[in-house]
Amino acid sequence: MNNFWIVFSHTYLTKIKSRQFLITTVITLALILLMTELPNLIKKFNGSDEKTIVLVDQTKQLAQPFTQMMEKTDKHVTIVQRTANEEKLRKQVLNGDVDGYLILSFGADGLPKAVFKTKSLTDQSLADQLQSVLQRIRSQQAAQHLNLSQEQLAQLNAPVDFHHVAVEKQAKSEKELSQARGLVYALLIIIYFAVIMYATMIATEVATEKSSRVMEILISSVSPVTHMFAKIAGVVFVGLTQLIIIFGFGYYAIKSNLEKMSGGFFDFFGFGDSSFVIMLYGLLFFILGFLLYATIAAFLGSLTSRIEDVNQMISPLTFLIVLAFMLAIFGLNNPEAPFVTVTSFIPFFTPMLMFLRVGMLDLPLWQTLLSIGLLIASIVILAVFGARVYKGGVLMYGRSNLLKEMKKALQLSKENK
Amino acid sequence: MVLKLENVTKKFGNHTAVNHLTLSIPEKQMFGLLGANGAGKTTTFRMILGILRADEGTITWHGQRIDHSMSPDIGYLPEERGLYPKLKVSEQIVYLARLRKMQPKDALKQLDIWLDRFKIAEYKHKKVEELSKGNQQKIQFIAAVIHKPKLLILDEPFSGLDPVNVEMLKKAVIDLKNEGTSIVFSSHRMEHVEELCENLCILHKGNPVVQGSLKEIKRSFGKKNLIIHADFDLSFLASHPGVTRSKLTAEGIELQIESETVAEKILQSVVNKGFVRKFVLDEPTLNDIFIEKVGAEHE
Repeated sequence: MNNFWIVFSHTYLTKIKSRQFLITTVITLALILLMTELPNLIKKFNGSDEKTIVLVDQTKQLAQPFTQMMEKTDKHVTIVQRTANEEKLRKQVLNGDVDGYLILSFGADGLPKAVFKTKSLTDQSLADQLQSVLQRIRSQQAAQHLNLSQEQLAQLNAPVDFHHVAVEKQAKSEKELSQARGLVYALLIIIYFAVIMYATMIATEVATEKSSRVMEILISSVSPVTHMFAKIAGVVFVGLTQLIIIFGFGYYAIKSNLEKMSGGFFDFFGFGDSSFVIMLYGLLFFILGFLLYATIAAFLGSLTSRIEDVNQMISPLTFLIVLAFMLAIFGLNNPEAPFVTVTSFIPFFTPMLMFLRVGMLDLPLWQTLLSIGLLIASIVILAVFGARVYKGGVLMYGRSNLLKEMKKALQLSKENK
Repeated sequence: MVLKLENVTKKFGNHTAVNHLTLSIPEKQMFGLLGANGAGKTTTFRMILGILRADEGTITWHGQRIDHSMSPDIGYLPEERGLYPKLKVSEQIVYLARLRKMQPKDALKQLDIWLDRFKIAEYKHKKVEELSKGNQQKIQFIAAVIHKPKLLILDEPFSGLDPVNVEMLKKAVIDLKNEGTSIVFSSHRMEHVEELCENLCILHKGNPVVQGSLKEIKRSFGKKNLIIHADFDLSFLASHPGVTRSKLTAEGIELQIESETVAEKILQSVVNKGFVRKFVLDEPTLNDIFIEKVGAEHE
């Protein structure tokens, strides 16, 4: 086995077995589980879902239709009819014996009106429910007054047929767009966290080897350049392994929870039907972005000799990644904004912003290819440059600022040719 | 001559770390590289290992430039000791041995032999950070020699060890030499070099000031040491012609003299003065030579 593979497998295996890997994986899995189980949990916590409402029917005729309709809409609400005086009801509400009372009467126009009294105004959903049921009753009554037939009433109530269609043929439909938005958003977050985490991991790793002075033995048996790339590749694979675990688990969890999750948040973000192509692009941009940032992290790491200095040394890099992420998040709402288009061709931002555009828009292929080409080119340039800095950097044990160190490292490695 | 350095120069910016160094290190011998701190020993080693490239001159091993393809034949114990603190001893050694093209199985077998020899077999599955510094150093030594290198470079191998461990390591080094390993090592401790090396070189500020075989160096140095213990005051000897250096001690005086004939004259001048309890003419120690060659310029 050649040295590249030895360093690679050593890096990979020690990282996979490390506590950090275990902890971050378990926490992420727990978060996914929490998110997918959230609807169930919410239901559980609202365990005493049964609600009791006292109905004071002053109309003497609407109690029955109202109770029937309420039963159909929500079985958890029990309607109790009573004619008790208000003072007593008030007390019952305050004591929590009942959840509220509804006073139903006829207004001046002869149509039903109601007052709903509860302890506080926090449970808006119950009030909405009651209101919508009453609305229907009111419509029916009004229709009767106007001598409208059921069909005519249905016509009145029918929703308008409204479609939003894009003129561009290939433009994504609204549904597709919302699916894409969700997926892009989720993948952006994953890319962001993964890149920051693994870039820091590489820099720390290199700095650890330097500070523990193993580096000197290592580079006497492996060339520093081989060492650097093997290290990067090792950590990339650690990242991929973690992502596969997380995605596999997430996919399983989402699948098994699909029913419960329909509606609300998950609908808007369209998780139900994930787009395979977007996932592939996500993976591609993750790997490329990772290579770019990892290369920078590796040579920055080689410039420090103490683990404490690592964070300070890679702060410019972290800043770049945060900036890219912020731009991408702003761009999510308006992927066609000029600033998104421009930044998507700047290699440091491409992994997130071009991914955003690919996911949300229908780009001509050349744009995607151009940005990927630029990205790969800058990875190569940075790798060559980084290898030089690394070669000199691993031998230096001084401490000064980034630029000075970098200059010194380059000098050392140039002399070393 | 197996390892050859010819006219090797290394500069870092304006600072010359090694200046026109020419060395020939014979096979299967121990070669000592001496020098004060910052004399260029570590830089020389790094150049031999190919970690640094010389600005001028060539370094060859069996007629070839040293690069990473030769790493299986080379063992290195850096001055700054370092291992992965979080790895177990066995994992560590196997990893480093694999990088020098050794099979993991063989590495483990050798590791057991070495751990037994250093009487630290119980640490095989311990993390390095749990070991004492001395034991870490033994592990580091094992890492340098486990793949049976033909050329072994030891940068200050005995520093920071207690006398028992120094003896243990010394014996290991001698055995390796007898098995045919060519060894280059550096040290501040002259007695170690004197004891172990056939040939040596003293570096001073990047310049080789003395080099050759130990015997040769001592002979050509010429000066000898004279130790006299007597009941009367011996301080007048300090100004005796032919005395280059003197030091009064509790029991008498220690002199450095230019040649044996000076000793004869001194003997004549002291025998009449009273009872002389000790009069010893000694070979110069390496320490004397070192101080003379390196220390002189310091003053």
